[in-house]
Amino acid sequence: MSNNNITKDTPGLRGLSDKSLAWLFITPTIILLLAINIFPLIWTIYLSFTDYRSNQPGREIEWVGLENYRDVLTSPDVWGYMQTTASFVISTMLIQVAIGFALAMFINKNFKGNSLLTTIILIPMMLSPAVVGTFWTYLYQPQTGVFSYIIDFFADVGPLDMIGSVDLAPWAIVIVDTWMWTPYIMLLCLAGLRSIPEYLYEAAEIDRANALQKFWYITLPRILPFLMLAVLFRGIENFKMFDMVVSLTSGGPGSITELASINLKREAFENWKTGYSSAFATILFVTVFGLGSIYVKALNKVKS
Amino acid sequence: MIRSAKMLKVGESSGLSKWIAGIIVTFYALVTVMPLLWIVATSFKSPPDSISYPPQIVFEPTLEGYVNLFTERSRQTDEYIEKLGPPETWYEEIVRERNMVVTGPSRFAGRYWNSIFIGFGSTFLAVVLGTMAAYGFSRFKVPLKDDLLFFILSTRMMPPIAVAIPIYLMYRELGLSDTALGMIILYTAVNVSLAVWLLKGFVDEIPREYEDAALIDGYSRFQAFIKVVLPQMKAGIAATAIFCLIFAWNEYAFALLLTSGNAQTAPPFIPAIIGEGGLDWPAVSAGTTLFLLPIVIVTVVLRNQLLRGITFGAVRK
Repeated sequence: MSNNNITKDTPGLRGLSDKSLAWLFITPTIILLLAINIFPLIWTIYLSFTDYRSNQPGREIEWVGLENYRDVLTSPDVWGYMQTTASFVISTMLIQVAIGFALAMFINKNFKGNSLLTTIILIPMMLSPAVVGTFWTYLYQPQTGVFSYIIDFFADVGPLDMIGSVDLAPWAIVIVDTWMWTPYIMLLCLAGLRSIPEYLYEAAEIDRANALQKFWYITLPRILPFLMLAVLFRGIENFKMFDMVVSLTSGGPGSITELASINLKREAFENWKTGYSSAFATILFVTVFGLGSIYVKALNKVKS
Repeated sequence: MIRSAKMLKVGESSGLSKWIAGIIVTFYALVTVMPLLWIVATSFKSPPDSISYPPQIVFEPTLEGYVNLFTERSRQTDEYIEKLGPPETWYEEIVRERNMVVTGPSRFAGRYWNSIFIGFGSTFLAVVLGTMAAYGFSRFKVPLKDDLLFFILSTRMMPPIAVAIPIYLMYRELGLSDTALGMIILYTAVNVSLAVWLLKGFVDEIPREYEDAALIDGYSRFQAFIKVVLPQMKAGIAATAIFCLIFAWNEYAFALLLTSGNAQTAPPFIPAIIGEGGLDWPAVSAGTTLFLLPIVIVTVVLRNQLLRGITFGAVRK
């Protein structure tokens, strides 16, 4: 900070020293985050050791120790929801990486009109997931919906009940998520492709590397950090997924698409088991944080 | 794959492979845009047309969906309707054809206004706070800087429902439940972490020499920030503001759990537009169209800033 010596104190409000200005600028944000993020987090952890029910505010709160955690971790239903969540995250990531990566390779060829097409492809990821889920229920209607009509028209499989069928409902949410978020993976891949310096390929050319070798030794390693970042962000988001799936299937049929967040909302705001759901929420947060940290370590290894 | 790797190297590719890439991407873009066009078309269908089999591509357009979206109606007997005399407005005419009368405006306009007010309010605050914090982190020695920055980012990892439980209790105590102020504070807090990270990147790019020169000219540090740094940050602030606005505009979980009457925004409202016998699809589509349209326009008009923000924000983190 070479500037410290220059700032001579001029009187009045404008003449704040660097140090006080720094705190003046940073503290409001920190206070807001403490109030709206950290304080609630601590409160959640506290509640998770109690039998509090938020629909009975007058009742005396009893300390129950680790009971809620035991209940969550020994519940076969919860493990089912976690599995549903895991398979949703894994299948969306695999499909979106495959399509997004290929799409980025194609768009990177700089054909005429690719900027317009890229913009069109981006639109879904900007839209409200809850509203997207709602209108896809319409497209998915078994008889009158245009989605099942088109599939039936080309594949002749009869009317598809995408939302009502136990076999198809998991795919229904994966398809909508793919429609929405493949562009994001594609964008980061594209950023990766465009960051590769030209001379690497020229050098490879001199070494008589063939196209496959260039792809394997130059393109792939260079693009991998970008791809992994994209998967990190989308993976976390999909682990927390709530809005799109709630408005599309609300966890059904039965609990086939009941993701962890959806069940959490049910326990907290329909069954009002605040203590239990706080324990569940804490476990979810620790899981996201833990998996995220492991992943970031792997990412740093790839980068170096 | 093989061919494209080769392409990359040369920087410009052969005509044929460009054509193939163009066709594939065009096809993908069509698949992407079709559901949206279908919803816009549905918003101009009559309710029977919207649930006909096979789905209709050609139909007689009507504004019934939009009328149903903005009005409350009740079914009446023929005699009652006859007694009312001829309809006075074009929308009453549409409603009468279904043996209904308009009983008043629906709540959609109010929900839409809430979305605008809360969206812009929280965006403004998040950008102001974020700009200040970003400048602070970029230019000054802050103790535990990296820890603080990581802390700011990590607040985004929490599932919204997990945050919603204590916020729900807190807002109930403070009387902030179902108020626009409560939602603005909440969305500001969620957005400010992203804003700090994005904006810090933009400030880092501005050469310090500009400020140093201003300081030598007798400006105070604060004046230099206002008159020299802020104008340089315009593009970054614009990109950040768009992201904050889109988040607040689209948010559903908090709005669903923390608002009911007064401060409810459009996303929890649209999925619940019920007509007679299930969802009124033309009205839902009309609401969807009106709600998504501003975002589509923003995306198309400001695509360059958006692209920069998306890749930039992600790559920096």
